Amino acid sequence: MTGAVEHEGGELATGGGRQLCTFHVGDAWFGVEVTRVQEVVRALQTTPVPLAPAVVSGLANLRGQIVTAIDLRRRLELPDDLGRAATSVVVRTADGAVSLLVDDMGDVVEADPDAFEPPPETMVAAARSLITGAYKLTDRLLLVLDVDAAAAS
Amino acid sequence: MTGELDDVVREFLLESYENLDRLDRDLVVLESDPASRQTLASVFRTIHTIKGTCGFLGFSRLEAVAHSGESLLARLRDGKLALTPEITTGLLAMVDAVRELLGHIEEHDDEGTGDYTALIGTLRGLQEPAPAPVPGPADPATPAAEVDPEADQAGQEAVPSGREESRGGGVSDSTIRVDVALLDRLMDLVGELVLARNQLLRLTSAEQATTLAAASQRLNLVTTELQEGIMKARMQPIGNLWGKLPRIVRDLALACGKQVTIGMDGGETELDKTVVEAIRDPLTHLVRNAVDHGIEAPAARLAAGKPAEGRVGLRAWHEGGQVNLEISDDGSGIDVERVRRRAVDHGLVGREVAERMSERDAVDLIFLPGFSTADQVTNVSGRGVGMDVVRTNVERIGGRVDVRVLPGAGTTFRIEIPLTLAIIPALVVACAGHRYAIPQASLVELVRLEDGAGVETVHGAPVHRLRGRLLPLVHLRQQLGLPEPDAGPGSMDVVVLQAGDRRFGLVVDRVDDTEEIVVKPLSSGLKGVGVLAGATIMGDGTVALILDVVGVAQRAGVVQEAHERPSSEPAAGTAAPGGGQRRDLLVFQTPDDGRMAVPLPMVDRLEELPVAAVELAGQEEVVQYRGDILPLVRVSATLPERRGRPRHDGGQRPEGTIQVVVCTAEGRKVGLVVDRIVDIVEEHAGEQAPGSRPGSSGCIVLDGRVTELLDVEALLRGQPGPAAPALPVPVEEGVHP
Repeated sequence: MTGAVEHEGGELATGGGRQLCTFHVGDAWFGVEVTRVQEVVRALQTTPVPLAPAVVSGLANLRGQIVTAIDLRRRLELPDDLGRAATSVVVRTADGAVSLLVDDMGDVVEADPDAFEPPPETMVAAARSLITGAYKLTDRLLLVLDVDAAAAS
Repeated sequence: MTGELDDVVREFLLESYENLDRLDRDLVVLESDPASRQTLASVFRTIHTIKGTCGFLGFSRLEAVAHSGESLLARLRDGKLALTPEITTGLLAMVDAVRELLGHIEEHDDEGTGDYTALIGTLRGLQEPAPAPVPGPADPATPAAEVDPEADQAGQEAVPSGREESRGGGVSDSTIRVDVALLDRLMDLVGELVLARNQLLRLTSAEQATTLAAASQRLNLVTTELQEGIMKARMQPIGNLWGKLPRIVRDLALACGKQVTIGMDGGETELDKTVVEAIRDPLTHLVRNAVDHGIEAPAARLAAGKPAEGRVGLRAWHEGGQVNLEISDDGSGIDVERVRRRAVDHGLVGREVAERMSERDAVDLIFLPGFSTADQVTNVSGRGVGMDVVRTNVERIGGRVDVRVLPGAGTTFRIEIPLTLAIIPALVVACAGHRYAIPQASLVELVRLEDGAGVETVHGAPVHRLRGRLLPLVHLRQQLGLPEPDAGPGSMDVVVLQAGDRRFGLVVDRVDDTEEIVVKPLSSGLKGVGVLAGATIMGDGTVALILDVVGVAQRAGVVQEAHERPSSEPAAGTAAPGGGQRRDLLVFQTPDDGRMAVPLPMVDRLEELPVAAVELAGQEEVVQYRGDILPLVRVSATLPERRGRPRHDGGQRPEGTIQVVVCTAEGRKVGLVVDRIVDIVEEHAGEQAPGSRPGSSGCIVLDGRVTELLDVEALLRGQPGPAAPALPVPVEEGVHP
């Protein structure tokens, strides 16, 4: 697993592969370790935080727990898609739970470690700091998101 | 806590720390009452437990130290040895060594390489020369050395938590340890339950179905009780915090050569854990100060007719949803004159200001940063960091510190702190479609201005005259970078807030209601925003942001110079929360658009006189005023121009009147002809820059403007007339280049 983040979650993965929870942002397909994902919530109402960094979409109430919502579109420097109904991928971080706003959910994918490669040099800077690498799946690339980098506000 | 500690070791550490705190306390009690077998037994048991457990866990150094202490204690307990101050000191040193070892175990998972042979030797030495054994408590029933503490305990009224000597024991059966994080989580869930209940109640109130209504009623009651229960679980008696103090007082008193006892009352008063943590340092500091500065040396006390032994008292009690905490000493009381001198010497206030201060205000000077009355810097105090930190820490959690001095009889510090930081009363306001909570501790009053009336601008800064005082207005929308409202200036809701010693009016779209809110911290990335103190979940489940009032004030520039600028309104009589000296100044405008001020007590009246009334007596302009001849001084003419700007006819009003400030100075009346009277402003005894031209005794910042203080006495001495524009005035504080 060159360059891949090692997680205790590897134990859970069957057949030696990593289980990744996948989602779409813009044209890209991302995956995060399933063990980092607390839950996936549709339409979490957020309260905007004035003066906060632009990537912070707001604060949301997740069953009594206040989570910071990070808009991955803004984080990836993609234009806002006003029409979308963002889905929240709530991930666990050292600083509490953080909701990552994504366009659409994908399946849970079990990826073969042999198919993993570090990120291509040509990727835009905004994306490269967030991506630990890519899995070459048969039909397309699955980008592995660095949860801590993506969730930092 | 680094490294993965074994659970058993972790528990051992937690328990031992608690035991050690009690040990400190017990040993000090023992010193004053050496015959207390009960205390002695308690001390013995504690050490015995530590020794037993660390032997089991394989901490041999720790065991050796504890063992030597235990042997000494055994001899004391058996009455073979009398307790002397040396023995107490030796035992306390042992407690310190144990604490040090525990600290090392906590950090590095091993005992380290500290050498304790000297200490062990000392402890052995102390038990050897058994000086004349005290007749002691005649209780031969206790057999020698290795007696089972349980047996010992059985005969006595046990100390609250009965200790077991075996490993891992020692926790009373009726209590368990709970991680605070778990309690926080439970609080969250209960909060959510409350919301669900509220929704359910709304739904069932329309229903007539009685079983459902009854069930939701029951749910309602249970939820409320559950919430209270969880809140209670987070409470800690303040006595936990006091546990360490007797030891501190004892050590400090010995070091200072004083005799001090500490009395504690109300240790069972409960506070939220976070509050307890927040006041730990301020409290310790105040107690140290009381011993070091407050209590006099025994000789001085006897000379003053007081017992040689001084007393530091701690008192805590609940009052009106708050906790009051008093730290008092029966020493000589703070020497107000000395405080004044110190403050002047340290350049914290001007000499004149200091002399004019009331006693109470002068005492408050001790809270200024950089203040210290200690003549010598000791390791105890005198480093000039302290009281200001105490005040800052207490105010940070929404509390207040107040000091009362009885000259010759002592000093009392009183701290008022909220019961909990987790749930606070707050005012909910709306701004740009979202709600914000403002902690009620900062709230002064609410004002509604119809159609923008009552808003004036002072150099572009909006202000409102609130009962004659200028209140700077801060628009929340602007501060938060939110879009301006579409509608023009309709009516305005102003929330008057206190930030430190300043007041300001926060303009919001709408004032909703007051509510008890559960404060939740922001993620670390959002803490940098500065104007937010946290977030909370409202009744409808949405998140509302909690404003940090001081942060907003700082952002708006209201409290940039917190110490120089006054509160716009007297702080409701007593206990001036801002502290420090205030004085009222009459501010007027000079023709070159500058600002000058004279102390209000000097001012007799403000008059508007017709120009025609001005007569000439020799070279002097005078008016007939109340049967007297009042000399007039045209302020603009008497002062040398600084900027050489062309000025219009000073003091001349279009309607042919002049504005006259009638002052009394050095027993004479004089009329100052000014351009325009601006306001009466309260000034804080803050920094004062030296005057930049003759006739001005200094410069201060008032309401954001540099204002010169007019030296009326100097003006009078010069007896200026139109022919003598420049005054040969001695400048008191040096002239700026």
